[in-house]
Amino acid sequence: MSEIKVSCEALRKVEEICQQFNNDPGELISILHACQNQLGYLPEAVQRVIARQLGIPASKVYGVVTFYSFFSMVPKGKYPVSVCLGTACYVRGSDKVLEEFKRVLGIEVGETTPDGKFSLDCLRCVGACGLAPVATIGEKVYGRLNPSDIKKIVAEFED
Amino acid sequence: MKIVSAEALEALRQEAVKALSIREESNRSDSAAASGLEKGTPHMQILCCGGTGCKASESAKIVQEFHNALEAHGIADRVEVVVPGCFGFCEKGPIVKIIPDNTFYTSVRPSDVGEIVTSHIIGGEKVERLLYQDPGTGAHISDSKHMNFYRKQMRVALRNCGFINPEDIREYIARDGYKALADSLKRDSLAVLADIKASGLRGRGGAGFPTGVKWEIARKFDAPDKYVVCNADEGDPGAFMDRSIMEGDPNSVIEAMMICGYCINAHHGLIYIRAEYPLAVERLKIAIAQAREYGLLGENILGSGFDFDIQIRYGAGAFVCGEETALIHSMEGKRGEPTLKPPFPAEAGYFGRPTNVNNVETLANVPVILTKGPQWFASIGTEKSKGTKVFALAGKINNVGLIEVPMGTTLREIIYDIGGGVKNGKKFKAVQTGGPSGGCLTEKHLDIPIDYESLAAAGSMMGSGGMIVMDEDDCMVSVAKFFLEFTVGESCGKCTPCRIGNKRMLEILDRITEGRGKEEDIEKLETLAKVIKDTALCGLGQTSPNPVLSTLANFREEYEEHVRDHVCRAHKCKALLTYSIDPVLCKGCSACARGCPAEAIVGEVRKPFVINPEKCIRCGMCLSRCKFGAINVI
Repeated sequence: MSEIKVSCEALRKVEEICQQFNNDPGELISILHACQNQLGYLPEAVQRVIARQLGIPASKVYGVVTFYSFFSMVPKGKYPVSVCLGTACYVRGSDKVLEEFKRVLGIEVGETTPDGKFSLDCLRCVGACGLAPVATIGEKVYGRLNPSDIKKIVAEFED
Repeated sequence: MKIVSAEALEALRQEAVKALSIREESNRSDSAAASGLEKGTPHMQILCCGGTGCKASESAKIVQEFHNALEAHGIADRVEVVVPGCFGFCEKGPIVKIIPDNTFYTSVRPSDVGEIVTSHIIGGEKVERLLYQDPGTGAHISDSKHMNFYRKQMRVALRNCGFINPEDIREYIARDGYKALADSLKRDSLAVLADIKASGLRGRGGAGFPTGVKWEIARKFDAPDKYVVCNADEGDPGAFMDRSIMEGDPNSVIEAMMICGYCINAHHGLIYIRAEYPLAVERLKIAIAQAREYGLLGENILGSGFDFDIQIRYGAGAFVCGEETALIHSMEGKRGEPTLKPPFPAEAGYFGRPTNVNNVETLANVPVILTKGPQWFASIGTEKSKGTKVFALAGKINNVGLIEVPMGTTLREIIYDIGGGVKNGKKFKAVQTGGPSGGCLTEKHLDIPIDYESLAAAGSMMGSGGMIVMDEDDCMVSVAKFFLEFTVGESCGKCTPCRIGNKRMLEILDRITEGRGKEEDIEKLETLAKVIKDTALCGLGQTSPNPVLSTLANFREEYEEHVRDHVCRAHKCKALLTYSIDPVLCKGCSACARGCPAEAIVGEVRKPFVINPEKCIRCGMCLSRCKFGAINVI
């Protein structure tokens, strides 16, 4: 696993979250959701604390974290970019939109720009198929995208 | 305020009906006249779509602008702004509907709000430019009832979506909400179950198992703790009906889960929902809190002695968790891996307790079956598939949106009458139903009446109801590859056929689309597909080769062209394309060269440019920039 250092304060927060769920292993996924909401990601140190709190092996926590695409072990960028690769977006050219994001940001899917500003991911259907192809940056949804729009959209976030 | 009896519920309903009557009448009325405060209309309502699709196009801002404008004109006490769930016509969103004249405004922008308020709400003059324009006749249509998109629809599961405020339980109650529950609690639970069986309702999540039979099996297993689970893990990319129901009518799901609990003798409800649906989660939470406040969830419901409560569990992005056993493991805090059945969840499910799992759309049908009667429901649809089905119509089609039609409607009616035909006048090529487990159907299947059996016989499946239309520009080999990439990414890895078999199939498809296909590859694909179908552990694995098998059955010649001639007729497979510039048509404007990200185009201004094939990355940028049609692609 990675070597990301997490502050003691953050780890105490993780312990608190586990206690809120009565340290119940059956609530592992809810606990992971709560921790990721709090910290933004789930590095090794956090997973070890959760395992200790719930009295289960760290390998089990790791197994669950890596099974679900919603959980991430690396920090996301300040502006997380997600390109929808659902079927409706795909047939309306989302693959080209994704290629252009990769080119403009200079990163691959799952990576974060060195300045920590943008991260790039794919997702499957935000349900805004009427606006296909769609990408989200943070909470904002961008619809009816054309590869030629991407540069301008990214520039909106350059400060 | 606790409702303690069926009579108290009825009294509340009669009270609530009044507030909703202006909308009900508006829906029934057929008058084309516009209403307005200056024309003497005492009260008006503005319905602004609050579904995810419209929210993505700033509908929240539109709602705010309406509030501001009404305040500014001092008419906020006479005009109410309501935010219902999805209207379904996502193509033309955001949708704004004016009551009582039932005017349906499309593609509304925040900047249009001022005009709607001054000319329509106050002046009584409709804003013509925001009305839907029929693409055939060019006429403006003001009432959605008269649009082709809605005319052939029959909204049963979506009956309240786009009509009631989903965050107000009284509006649900006004539309006979919780009446089915109240009536059921007075009856013998076996009789209620018999009604569900008699209605012929089948699971809307994909497999189409009879709901009544499922409940009957779950009822047989006796245990102190039994569970009713709502499967709201809508993982099929391109399907969003469950989300729309939860966003637009969350109480219908809650009521149905309680009725199920009563029938199978369970007192715990769990909703397993995707964390990617924040709005649906929010609306469900509000609905559950309100139901508890009104005493509709909790102990001794409506004085009947029946107890039931519901909790929400979150998914975390795994397609396989739509499978019952995987879903249950995920709710237990484990990896969402499926297990062999039997034992079925009805016998040993959530933490080993008897568990009944139903999909959102299935549940949304339950209350209305009981209020209108099983015979009414059974009179809709085909012999073996009763009722209606919601489809998420998307892809290369004019009217993208969420539609609900009686079973037995043909694909042609859906695509051409409701969907308005293929986008940009292109030629229809295929329609994909059933998501990653389904298949592609062609022109020759357009007239089959849709139901579970006929779709399966045609080599596809109902699935959860995704329906993606493709045109001549779509390469069917790439489409099959797209779905297989999805399945490979989502395979849980537990069984070998799915984990390794699909990966090998994807490698073959990669080869074919990159022009390295071998003669024997097509046959290999077929063999692998059949083995996976026969041997994979769960529904995800067993159906994963369907997109490949159905495209092979219907578009075999495209596969052969890729392999034998290295040609992709849809010009999708990059590796098989060559870009060149026609020296006669090229004016030497340099637009292509300036746009080329690979700097592969060189030339002198006002002389023909040339593409260096070594450098060309086949991105198509030059094609989109050339105004003279000088770029050739073969």
